[in-house]
Amino acid sequence: MSDKPRILYCNCAYAKIVPPDVKEGVLRELCESGSAFDAVADLCEMSARRDPGLKRLAEGGAVKIAACYPRAVKWLFAAAGAPLDKSATEVLNMRVESAVEVSAALQAGELKPNIPDGKPRASDAPVAEGARNVGTPTES
Amino acid sequence: MSLLEENTLRVVLYEGEGAAELPAGERFEILSSLLSKGYTVTRAGLEGRVAPADRSSIVALGRFENGQTPEVEDAAGEVSLRFEHIDGRSPSELAERVDAIREETHTSKHGEWKPWFPVIDYDRCTNCMQCLSFCLFDVYGVDDDQQIEVRNNDNCKTNCPACSRVCPEAAIMFPKYKAGPINGDVVSDADMKREKMKVDISSLLGGDVYDMLRQRSERAKSRFSKERSSDKALNERKKCLTKLVQEGDIPPEVLMSLPSPEEIAKKAEEAAAKAQAALDAQQGG
Repeated sequence: MSDKPRILYCNCAYAKIVPPDVKEGVLRELCESGSAFDAVADLCEMSARRDPGLKRLAEGGAVKIAACYPRAVKWLFAAAGAPLDKSATEVLNMRVESAVEVSAALQAGELKPNIPDGKPRASDAPVAEGARNVGTPTES
Repeated sequence: MSLLEENTLRVVLYEGEGAAELPAGERFEILSSLLSKGYTVTRAGLEGRVAPADRSSIVALGRFENGQTPEVEDAAGEVSLRFEHIDGRSPSELAERVDAIREETHTSKHGEWKPWFPVIDYDRCTNCMQCLSFCLFDVYGVDDDQQIEVRNNDNCKTNCPACSRVCPEAAIMFPKYKAGPINGDVVSDADMKREKMKVDISSLLGGDVYDMLRQRSERAKSRFSKERSSDKALNERKKCLTKLVQEGDIPPEVLMSLPSPEEIAKKAEEAAAKAQAALDAQQGG
């Protein structure tokens, strides 16, 4: 059994806020990698409905999550009574990072925990190399 | 709305022992088809870790050897476990088959509601209760410890981020909103200044935007009774609503669906009383 962190992919199905080419690119790369992974249609919906599946996804050790902003992901899980382990969770933001960047981070063996702890300020935020500005996409 | 009492369905795309590995393209098409229908899918192979099992019902899709699906059952008898051989089915046909299994197993259906609701960042929240006193749709409540909580998220008006704009700490997120910090992006110092300013303006206008709306509507109503001109009253309301739409990014349909001024006043009073009671309880405790 591999010691690599688990992978969780969110398809953000019910709003057009994640660029479709990024979502599709990350999922396609995951499928091509042969990795085991969990994929959910929409973390927001699961959180809103207190889906017990979130507890399952939060448990089980280190995890890399391809979704949106780390602050949002942290509190979506918490709102459903399934807090993430801040020392064992890395969130990749498909709203601002490219498919290539997210895919590379998912496949990297090293986990870089990044969910916020406490009250972060802008100056605390790391500057992602090559992070692309996608502007303000139209909502569905 | 809560799924705590409902059974959920977990789909497993099984490519482990006893089943063939799928071509990457086929794997992608099947996953895409299932995700678009709202399913949670686990791709399991010979290696790698996935989320552990729980009490969700499971349907395992795979290209099983000789087309023979394993005959197994949950030893504890708690979970419904099914296997489906995927050969001869397109991804959309497979998704339809999973739909049928969902109905047979009486598991929950997803995707019938755009998940638009506030998410509280408790690292930032100071429990000031402004959101509770602001929202007229009973989205917020307090728990047994008098801590603010999102209680009725399905009452929230789709695409309306108004409560996040009155939060003095920018602690309310709508993850599907278009811009930061409401979408969960890092809160900048400029955001904090902007949020404070909004609250100050709101206070100057008499407490909150709903109150402003109510007062304007009442003035319009008063003029209507004097002038007997329904057009003027309607224009006044439209003018007020347009301003709120532009300044607060509040969808027009939300504002147009607000209750009558009398009901707004009543609900605002009730919400303010709830917030005050929670604050009093905090201080008392």
